[in-house]
Amino acid sequence: MEGNMNLTLKVWRQKNANSEGRFQDYQVAGISEDMSFLEMFDVLNERLINEGESPVAFDHDCREGICGMCSMYINGEPHGPNKGVTTCQLHMRSFKDGDTITVEPWRAKAFPIVKDLAVNRSAFDRIISAGGYVSVNTGNAQDANALPIPKDNADDAFMAAACIGCGACVAACKNASAMLFTSAKISQLSLLPQGQAERAMRAEKMVAQMDIEGFGACTNTGACEAECPKGISLENIARMNREYYGAVLSSK
Amino acid sequence: MSWVTKTLTSSLGRKLIMAVSGLSLIAFLLVHCGINACIFFNDGGHTFNEAAEFMGTNWLIRTAEIGLFAGLIIHIIDGLLLWKSNAEKRPVKYAIVKGEANSTWYSRSMGLLGTLLLIFLVVHLKHFWVVSRFTDVITGGQKTLFQEMVDVFANPVPVVLYVLGCISLAYHLLHGFQSAFQTMGWNHPKYTPFVKSLGAGFSILIPLLFAAMPIAMHFGWIK
Repeated sequence: MEGNMNLTLKVWRQKNANSEGRFQDYQVAGISEDMSFLEMFDVLNERLINEGESPVAFDHDCREGICGMCSMYINGEPHGPNKGVTTCQLHMRSFKDGDTITVEPWRAKAFPIVKDLAVNRSAFDRIISAGGYVSVNTGNAQDANALPIPKDNADDAFMAAACIGCGACVAACKNASAMLFTSAKISQLSLLPQGQAERAMRAEKMVAQMDIEGFGACTNTGACEAECPKGISLENIARMNREYYGAVLSSK
Repeated sequence: MSWVTKTLTSSLGRKLIMAVSGLSLIAFLLVHCGINACIFFNDGGHTFNEAAEFMGTNWLIRTAEIGLFAGLIIHIIDGLLLWKSNAEKRPVKYAIVKGEANSTWYSRSMGLLGTLLLIFLVVHLKHFWVVSRFTDVITGGQKTLFQEMVDVFANPVPVVLYVLGCISLAYHLLHGFQSAFQTMGWNHPKYTPFVKSLGAGFSILIPLLFAAMPIAMHFGWIK
């Protein structure tokens, strides 16, 4: 896939979590506008490997916008300038020939850099482990119709469950707050009958874990919602707040 | 740590403190603006002086004043603590932040706007609150509070400062009003549009009325 775009990349290079990082400039030529942003990085990395240099480390997996692995902060926005897409779904036609593109990793105390543009997001896994699950008894699955679920609740739960845990909300937030993520993971269960057993415990424990991990508080700027590739709504944060206040007032 | 302390020092608890204290300050602003707007009767400050004397002497109002200062101090201290702790959550800053792509500048600048308001407040309290509570200029009958306003705003410097204070207040409220409801968990398709419109109206109208006072006095439209 040859093209005719020539670009200047300013890429954050950092050897490991403890070393100093810095921006390195790269010229890339012959980029097709049909390439994804990650494919453009593949072209750069092929060249770096051929030249005997260390390729730029970045996270990626499915490359179709559903796994939540890609995580680049492009020209001041997580996942780049387009709305509702991840970096792997961002195409080079969103840029112009001759552009300079600055690429940084997610920056947050709770997301330490592994190498270059790859960060460690296991803080999210620990928030989930703290309470983002339901207990299921052994035995036969019961009849699906035994659990009536209002359509609105099912829809809201499904929209919250669309969160892929990429961390763009944390990257976009001026406080590096994880409230959009945590609230989506609380909402997707608290809205459904299967999530009621652990409901109060869930909100209390997940919020506590979120604070332990070193994420910031919420200023309600709405940057997370605007930058979320899955359009997770701020209504989830309000729901989490209600769940949490209710939980701490009633738990034993 | 007791569950109360644990809750109120959590990230959500500290936001709740900001929201509740903020809303109580909003209620105060409504009363303050209502009383001060009495100068617009343009009766030589007669109605305003009577209202001010009631506020200064009624025991219920004086008790509420203690609550007001408590709320104010809590809002300031909690705000500064949140500002500091939030700033520490991103030790290495981004080289480029395209904030305008995802949020309003004033929602990202609540700490800065609040600090400007605090500076304004110190000057404002010195102008009127200290004079009426801790000197006998007004209680001793040398001057009315209205006359004190006329004297202060004869000088253009306080007028400019007060107008700037009102602009900071407008933007602080524009985000803070609706944000307080979101923090308290009030987000509902039926009520949120109303809360947002009410908040926007309040944030523009109240500071506009406040700003009109020093301007009108300086130019002698109110006598």
